[in-house]
Amino acid sequence: MAGDGGSGQDAFLDALRAALPDDALLIHEEDLHPYECDGLSVLKALPLAVALPHNREQVQAVLKVCEQFGIGVVPRGAGTGLSGGARPNAGAIVLSLARLKQMLAVDTRNRTAQVQPGMRNLAISEAVRPLGLYYAPDPSSQIACTIGGNVAENSGGVHCLKYGLTVHNVLALEVLDASGELLHIGSQAPDSPGYDLLALMMGSEGLLGVVTECTLRLLPIPENTLVILAAFPSVGAAADAVSAIIAAGIIPAGLEMMDQLAIAAAEDFVHAGYPRDAAAILLCELDGSEAELQVRLHAVENLLEQHGAGSIRIARDAETRLLLWKGRKAAFPAVGRLAPDYYCMDGTIPRKRLAEVLEQIAAWSAEYGLQVANVFHAGDGNLHPLILYDANIESQLQAAEAFGQGILELCVAVGGSITGEHGVGVEKLDSMCAQFTPAELAQLHRIKAAFDPEGRLNPGKAVPSLHRCAELGAMHVHHGQLPFPELERF
Amino acid sequence: MDQSVILQEQVREAYAQSRALHIQGSGSKHFYGRSVRHGEPLRMRAHQGVVDYEPSELFITLRAGTTLQNLQEQLAEAGQMLPFEPPFFGTEATIGGTLACGFSGPRRPYAGSARDYVLGVQLLNGQGEILRFGGQVMKNVAGYDVSRLLVGSLGTLGVLLEVTLKVLPRPEQELTLVQELPMAAAIDQMNQWAAQPLPVSASAWYDNYLYLRLSGATKAVEAAGRKIGGEILTGADAFWTDLREHRHEFFQGDAPLWRLAVAPASPPLPLPEATLIEWGGGQRWLRGHQDAEALQALAAKHGGHATLFRGGDGSGEVFHPLSPHLLALQQRLKKAFDPRGILNPGRLYAAL
Repeated sequence: MAGDGGSGQDAFLDALRAALPDDALLIHEEDLHPYECDGLSVLKALPLAVALPHNREQVQAVLKVCEQFGIGVVPRGAGTGLSGGARPNAGAIVLSLARLKQMLAVDTRNRTAQVQPGMRNLAISEAVRPLGLYYAPDPSSQIACTIGGNVAENSGGVHCLKYGLTVHNVLALEVLDASGELLHIGSQAPDSPGYDLLALMMGSEGLLGVVTECTLRLLPIPENTLVILAAFPSVGAAADAVSAIIAAGIIPAGLEMMDQLAIAAAEDFVHAGYPRDAAAILLCELDGSEAELQVRLHAVENLLEQHGAGSIRIARDAETRLLLWKGRKAAFPAVGRLAPDYYCMDGTIPRKRLAEVLEQIAAWSAEYGLQVANVFHAGDGNLHPLILYDANIESQLQAAEAFGQGILELCVAVGGSITGEHGVGVEKLDSMCAQFTPAELAQLHRIKAAFDPEGRLNPGKAVPSLHRCAELGAMHVHHGQLPFPELERF
Repeated sequence: MDQSVILQEQVREAYAQSRALHIQGSGSKHFYGRSVRHGEPLRMRAHQGVVDYEPSELFITLRAGTTLQNLQEQLAEAGQMLPFEPPFFGTEATIGGTLACGFSGPRRPYAGSARDYVLGVQLLNGQGEILRFGGQVMKNVAGYDVSRLLVGSLGTLGVLLEVTLKVLPRPEQELTLVQELPMAAAIDQMNQWAAQPLPVSASAWYDNYLYLRLSGATKAVEAAGRKIGGEILTGADAFWTDLREHRHEFFQGDAPLWRLAVAPASPPLPLPEATLIEWGGGQRWLRGHQDAEALQALAAKHGGHATLFRGGDGSGEVFHPLSPHLLALQQRLKKAFDPRGILNPGRLYAAL
């Protein structure tokens, strides 16, 4: 068992043991290690215990025991999150929802699916495909990530420009509050009475409640789909092409950009046939009826050419389409092969500022001596710079973090946000101080308190304390006098 | 003109003296919600104007007192629109009032609701603090989604000062088809169409006729029209506008108007009077003095809720009752934004 022990702790673990079957509780240190971090593996901690309930009643029992003993709860899905949102807290337990992974019902007439939170995103679409339906949000991690985690992060995916985020595709949630009380939020109807708690739950990173069931909106699978791959001599030209497509009244199903380093890495990894000599590529997916596609394809091709696209490839068959997307979806692991470690950023910016943001990132890259590959959800302005570094060289980790923090502050400065879809978790607590005023943070804390007055759900995550931001503000003022010389390069 | 400093001063004073305020735009949605009005009006109309509009970035930022009319004209000039097609219910209707009510129009089931298109807000909370949440970008998970929480809150959580909305291109072509069909078959038909990749953008059924609007690229609309069949409705724009604005004959007269929101494929409901159905079956209207509890029970049985939308006795509760846990949570939430209960108290529920 991790932690200091003590009789209070023993009594707590005894109570948990009594509330759960034997196979639903881990307390020995060697069993806890697999849960010490999420996808952001530089942040690690051992929890007091890991609860792996099989059903809602057991989740409820865990929450009630934790309430009785005043113990914190860190909810966890597949652990694919990239901001440390599911990193354990010492002295708190991890509540894994991974075993609640059933599809409970599909209502074909109303086109909805009722699923448990631990069901994998991709498994949902696979299960309803025979009905001609699918679940639209498709984050890159969709083979592994769970729908409960998607709710916690309001996940998007490559198709969210046209089909929306998790918030646009979930109709109802069954939620347990910090005391284990059951709340039904949302409904099968187009809306619900009172405040829109459903919107509030989306992206709340497990701080407001524990989701035990989701009702999802399913969409008809598009009749036809094609993917256009266009190569550009500069990132700026590619960004202009994106603006031109949207200005022409076309909303593609997906619109992704990659820069040269990302292209090369992806090409080495999956051999998708990306042009290595391009400064940037655009992947543009169009869907609809055959008649519509003809018209749209013609218009998009013209716009791409007008904006300097050197070569254009069109993939109509499923195999080629999937191969083109595979390069994009595998961009993170592909870049991961270029250096021992990479730090994945998740800022959003107004698209028109892309060229200047990338220029600044390139300048910092030279200054810090760290390479950066850029992957960009061009349609919705979500930028993922991947900073390459070697964690074994201590100064590189700190430089990467300072570099990343700089990028996020730049995103805020140009009118964007510090996180588009990865969440704040632990990682971006300091960046939150740049995005929000103390009064705004205080308001967020009061919302949290309305749901969880004792602050036991995912404590210390997502919203920084005012104290932390005040200290950080003071640090910024006395920048040159910080005890960390690495930060001076920032 | 930016009136936020003046508005902030008024809210601060009201907070200091624990005095209620009722937030007022043009008054076009005066009928909606409970009829109680406490304290002095907080007038929003002068706080108007577009702050930022970037057609190629697909967003517009504007002050809450801007009229829908003005907003839609600006969008139309750039070939864009508000995808949720909100009703005006008055020529001077403001965007602030529209979002406070959370109203969406015929396109709602196919394109999304008002809250779906809100990207960010600037608000005054009940202590007179000016706060910003969300932003001008489509994806943003920094902090809780306060922007969308405010939609439909009837001004009880905060005074909406400024809002950023996602906008979309106007469709190239629209076509409305009419078929004669009884209610049950029409509900089935609407839901069957919604399960296919067709460019449906509105649907309604009334008095044995089913209306379906298709929107999109000309070729796509034509192809879908041939597949679906039916007679082409002339004057379709006027038909959908009248329906959205409740000028259709069904909505005439003073009898109370009830709105039932249910799972769209719910069968015909055993209602005592004629029904008008919208939103693919998800929104059903009823007139007359009805037993509220019976309607609520019926709507709940079909996965939804019932509202006394207009007319009748607005001094009691007009919205569907909340479970005790949910009501208590919403009371705490109200307090988190408006600790002294000065913003539109009682407009949504007596207890909020």
